[in-house]
Amino acid sequence: MSFDDAYDALTDHDDDARWAYGTGFSDPLAGVPTAVPDGVDPADLAAYCLMLGDDALVMSHRLQQWVTRAPELEDEMALANIGLDLLGQARLLLSRAGEVEQAGIEQAGFENAGGPARDEDALAYLRDPADFRNVRLAERADEDFAHLVARLLVFATWRLALLDRLTSSRDPVLAAIGAKGVKEATYHREYAAGWVVRLGDGTDLSHTRMRAAVDAVEPPAGELFEPHEVELRLAAAGVAVDPSALREEYDGVLAEVHRVATLPPPPPFEAATVGAGRDGVHGPELVEILNEMQELARAVPGGVW
Amino acid sequence: MVNRTETTRAPAPPEAAAVTSGATALRSTGAGIGPARAGSPSAFDVVGAVVDPELPVVTLAELGIVREVAETDDGVVVTITPTYSGCPAMETIRDDIVRAVDGAGLGRAHVRTVLAPAWTTDWISESGRAKLAAAGIAPPGAAPRRGAGPVPLVLGVRQEPVACPQCGHAESERLAAFSATACRELRRCLACREPFEHVKEI
Repeated sequence: MSFDDAYDALTDHDDDARWAYGTGFSDPLAGVPTAVPDGVDPADLAAYCLMLGDDALVMSHRLQQWVTRAPELEDEMALANIGLDLLGQARLLLSRAGEVEQAGIEQAGFENAGGPARDEDALAYLRDPADFRNVRLAERADEDFAHLVARLLVFATWRLALLDRLTSSRDPVLAAIGAKGVKEATYHREYAAGWVVRLGDGTDLSHTRMRAAVDAVEPPAGELFEPHEVELRLAAAGVAVDPSALREEYDGVLAEVHRVATLPPPPPFEAATVGAGRDGVHGPELVEILNEMQELARAVPGGVW
Repeated sequence: MVNRTETTRAPAPPEAAAVTSGATALRSTGAGIGPARAGSPSAFDVVGAVVDPELPVVTLAELGIVREVAETDDGVVVTITPTYSGCPAMETIRDDIVRAVDGAGLGRAHVRTVLAPAWTTDWISESGRAKLAAAGIAPPGAAPRRGAGPVPLVLGVRQEPVACPQCGHAESERLAAFSATACRELRRCLACREPFEHVKEI
C-alpha cells in the first residue's frame, strides 16, 4: 500500500469488496418470495409499490440536502440517518415494483417482451418526473429548518400510521416492509416532534417561525389522505391501506404536538389546488431533485464504477 | 449423486410475552447446532463468527441476524435479516459471509434475505451485549412492546435509564437520538460526564 497518494492509500486493492458505494449492489430482496397474491392485478400492485417507494426516495433526497446545512452536527447525523432509513425502504419498494411489473408482463403472455425486469436503479434513475408517484409534500423544498421539521412531522406521522396498517397486508413483502418501517418511522416522528416542541415552546422568535412553518406546511397535506383508485382497489383486496383511514391518528398526533409546543391547533386542510402527485403531476421542485439525482446515471448510461 | 441438504435454523423469534428470552435462546442454541464434522467447524459456526463491519466487536451470530444456514450440494445457503432497511453494512456483510465460507473450504455461499419477522435488538445475545459494553457501547434494553392501536407518541426524553459503560453509573442523558450509525444514539454519563454510544432498542 502506497501512502504517496491519499486516495490510493485509502483503497486497499486486495479488498475492493469492502467499499459500499458505487454500482453493483445486490438486490435487497434477494431470496424474498416474489409471488403476487391471488386476485391482485400486478399492475396495481406495482403502481402502489412505486407510490410508497417514491415517497421515501424523494423525501430521502430532500433530507440529504440538509446534510452540511443543519444547525448542529447532531442534526445532520439525525437527518442523514432518517434519509438512509427512507432510502432503504425505497430500495425494497422499488425492487418489489420492478418484480411485480415483470410478473404482470409475463402473466399477460408477453414473455420477455420488455426485456429483464426494471430494477431499483432503473426505476430511480431513468424515470421522468411524470412517472413519479410520490405525494407533493415529499418534493417540497424547505425554506428553513422549521419548515423542514414541520414537513417531517407531517410526513413521518402519516407514514408511520400507514406502515403500521401495512403490516396486515395480504402481500407478505409489503407486510414485512411495513413491520420494519414502523420501527424506523417511530424514531423519525419522535425526532420531528421533538424539534417542533423545542422551537414552538422556545423563544418568541423560534415560536413565530415555527408557527409560520406549520401554517405553510400543514394545510396542503390533505393530499396525503385522498385515496387514489389504485389504493382503493388494493385496499378492498386486503393489500393496501386506504389513506383516508389514517386521518384520525394523524389528527390526534398533530393536535398533541401542537398543544405541547404551545402552537395554535393545526390549521384545516385547504382544498386541493394542485394536481395529484399520485397521478404524476408534480411541480418544478421534483424536476430539480431528479436533475440532481439522475444526472450521472443519465450522462453515463449503464456506467459502472 | 444423492442430494444432501443439512439445514441449521436459528431459533424462532421470541414470543411477544418473552421480552428478553430471544437473546438467551439464540445463544444457547447457537453453540450446539450445526452438522457435526470432526475437526472442522460447521457452516453455521463459520458464518456466525463473521464480525459486523460497523460493530466489529460482535459477530453476526451475536448480533442475531443469521436466521438459517443450509449446506447443499450447490453450496451454502445463508439467510440473514437486515437490521435497518437502509443499513449500508448489509452489502459488506454479504461479501464477508461469502469469503468466510469460501475461506473455510465449504464452497460457494449464497446469501439470501428474509424480511419477516423484522430484526429486533432483543436478538443480540448475552455475549454480544457483554462485548458491546466492554467496547464502551451501552447495550440495548428490552425492545418496546406495544399493544393494539397506534404507536404511542413520545414527547420529551425517553425515561428508560441507560447505565454508563465506562464507570457503571446507572443514569445518563441523551445528547442526540442518532449517532454514527442508525442503530445507535449518543448519551452522556451523569456521574463521570463521559459521552458514550447506546444501541437503541427496536
